[in-house]
Amino acid sequence: MSIAANITGEGGRTLPQGDGPGAVEPVLRAEHLSKQYGAVTVLSDVVLDVLPGEIHAIIGENGAGKSTLMRLLSGYVEPTSGVLSMAGGPVKFAKPSQAQEAGIALVHQEILLAEALTVTDNLFLGRELSRGAVVDDRTMRRLAVEKLAQIGCAVSPTALVRDISLADRQMVQIARALLDDYKVVIFDEPIAVLTGGEVERLLEVVLQLKAHGTAVLYISHRLDEVQRVADKVTVLRDGKMVGTYPGKTLSQMDMARLMVGRELAALYPEKATAPSDVPMLSVRNATVPGYAQDVSFTVHRGEILGFAGMVGAGRTELFEGIIGLRPATATVELEGKPVHFQSQRAAIDAGIGYLTEDRKGNGLLLQERLAPNLTLSALGVFHPGLSMGRRREAMALEKAVETYDIRVKSLSAKAGQLSGGNQQKLLLAKVLLTNPSVVIIDEPTRGIDIANKAQIYAFIQGLVAKGKACIVISSEMQELIGICDRILVMREGRVTGEVSGAEMTESNVALLATSGPKPRPKAKGGPEWLS
Amino acid sequence: MAVMTGSPSARRVSDLNLTWTDVGPFLALAALLVAGFLINADFLSATNLANVITRSAFIAIIAVGATFVISSGGLDLSVGSMAAFITGITIMFMNAVAPHAGVWAIPAGMVVAILVGLLCGLANGLIVTVGRIEPFIATLGTMGIFRALITYLTDGGTIPIDRSLRDAYRPVYFGTVAGIPIPILISVAVAGVASFVLYKMKYGRKCAAVGANEDVARYSGISVIKTRTIAYIVQGMCVAIAAICYVPRLGAATPTTGQLWELQVITAVVIGGTALRGGKGHVWGTVAGAVILELIANLMVLSDFVSEYLVAAVQGVIIIIAMLIQRFSNSK
Repeated sequence: MSIAANITGEGGRTLPQGDGPGAVEPVLRAEHLSKQYGAVTVLSDVVLDVLPGEIHAIIGENGAGKSTLMRLLSGYVEPTSGVLSMAGGPVKFAKPSQAQEAGIALVHQEILLAEALTVTDNLFLGRELSRGAVVDDRTMRRLAVEKLAQIGCAVSPTALVRDISLADRQMVQIARALLDDYKVVIFDEPIAVLTGGEVERLLEVVLQLKAHGTAVLYISHRLDEVQRVADKVTVLRDGKMVGTYPGKTLSQMDMARLMVGRELAALYPEKATAPSDVPMLSVRNATVPGYAQDVSFTVHRGEILGFAGMVGAGRTELFEGIIGLRPATATVELEGKPVHFQSQRAAIDAGIGYLTEDRKGNGLLLQERLAPNLTLSALGVFHPGLSMGRRREAMALEKAVETYDIRVKSLSAKAGQLSGGNQQKLLLAKVLLTNPSVVIIDEPTRGIDIANKAQIYAFIQGLVAKGKACIVISSEMQELIGICDRILVMREGRVTGEVSGAEMTESNVALLATSGPKPRPKAKGGPEWLS
Repeated sequence: MAVMTGSPSARRVSDLNLTWTDVGPFLALAALLVAGFLINADFLSATNLANVITRSAFIAIIAVGATFVISSGGLDLSVGSMAAFITGITIMFMNAVAPHAGVWAIPAGMVVAILVGLLCGLANGLIVTVGRIEPFIATLGTMGIFRALITYLTDGGTIPIDRSLRDAYRPVYFGTVAGIPIPILISVAVAGVASFVLYKMKYGRKCAAVGANEDVARYSGISVIKTRTIAYIVQGMCVAIAAICYVPRLGAATPTTGQLWELQVITAVVIGGTALRGGKGHVWGTVAGAVILELIANLMVLSDFVSEYLVAAVQGVIIIIAMLIQRFSNSK
């Protein structure tokens, strides 16, 4: 049976085991599934029984292996060892289409649609209906309308995907999984870009599927939804299976403890003494067209100021605007002196460091070695003369590796060879190499494991202890509450409130993030939030 | 909570980790020399080699510039037409000044050539960066413009260089220093300066960063526009240097000067190990690539296996093989 027997929750009570013997025949069964990339084990020994008509949630922290597990189940990745079986017989999927034929559909976390094609074209992409040699547009359009209506998506079937909002795109992806009679439908964090009403509709779809006898695997980091719909919850931690539990018996706190594997508080460093009231960076009426309106705030010496909000609230764009990476208007004062940054270069030179949320796309040159990555934004400092100071650069790298505990086999390794957490620490070292007095950190711990998270929080604490000011943008509320002195909450491009001290609770922040002032109407096509 | 174990020990940054991309072009060059010797012993004679390398100088010099452009993530199809255009302007300028300045017209003309090259490169660069036009399309446009201009300037015929300058200018292509032909010395000098700029100066880092990932460069405070425009200017100046060496060879500019050079140039860069999608540039690999192209043409003439009319076909095959090798060495 499951390895989860008699797991003791950290709350002290014994969590009951999942299904007993002699239950319904599982539609999909995974036995001792493992996946390794080279020497790195991302998933080990996962045992999973998925029953028909069951909503089975998979939860775990970022990097716990949830997405890898889903990719194994749906044929995007082949397991290193272990067996998958369906309806009694073992199965092997070399590619996604084989899993689809076997009756397993995956709704991706990222939007994977052809933007230049219509909604209908996308729904039927790769499995177009045809009459003879001619594609049957009329039937496809009719079915598209039907399926979209079923999930309450009002988008026109002939609209181009590039013209519809991000949330509608996600709904189209979900509709794709409903076109055929799949035995198992996997949702991989489908609600990241959905707003309140759409989440409700998605949950209805999930319940419809269940009623229809379809098994649903539901990955989410939103524990309230998991608690509402899940019949069973499987918890992953660091690529290993913690256990499978009946959904209704777990409180959200239980789930969080099982995911983290220890008390949550220990993750965050002790908060230092109160920050000073010396303003370091003061921003008045910052507007980034299309993303943020009229935002004002001040961050003080020794303070960690958090920016909370949902994905797409305009936080990243706001700060990219302030530091000259995109067009914006704002009145900015740095240590009392008015400044205006035409380019990121000017902001760096003035002493503002910005750590991007997109480590791989905007932060590091993955094909390059560590040293060039480290010094890339500090070329002027490191190489004042005509030719570059390689020796100095090598010394800086050795120092950074030591200071930030970057685990690396060789100093001449490429940045892409590091793990996510070590890449993040390298990126932090890169940003801090210019010795900024204000450090803006966008998503400090996205996709990295818990040990590295704790280290990064400690580094941030260390920065403000040295008298710098720090701004942390994060979509993880717990993280902000754990490390910040004060949190500003943004919604739809505006600041909807500020919390500090004892007011910093998840419910307060969530309330401000989801139900602030009336949202402005969305522009057609929607802003490219995820860009 | 994981315990932080193991302090980072003293790990050395080793500068010596050569990859196939680094050494491949030189191995290919060596293999070609051996093959050439086996096919025809005359192939390895000093005179033949000197001739071949001298002839490859134009392509080599222009391709060094193209290494900058391609490394920064761009492409320049206009180099052949630009070479013809600069050749034409230079000869016309020298001819016009010769009656007054005598042989001083030659160095003055060289300066003009460099200036024109700089401006042509600047134009290409600005169209690509500020105008935000795909490099392929932008330089396809200027390629047509330069070619039409030289055809217009020569009125469809040729512009010969003034008789009074011919003898004084001749050594630039035909002369030797310490037994080494001057064009070879010039290419080595150009490649030497270029490798200093790309590997030892800040600009080289910026260039590779912009080519490898424009966004990372931008987020690191590097001006993509400036970096890429400079690459095109370097390309223009390299074309001008090649044109300066080329004038005494034919002694005239014609509408067909430099035709299809862009293909040989891009081939040389790719054989040399620089990825067409941008990133690290391989200056000496590019030079080896240019020599390889000329050696193959020479081998085909010396041997009787393949008709020399098929030289372009063989070069085409080589560029495809080079791309395939890059593809497979990257995908593992």
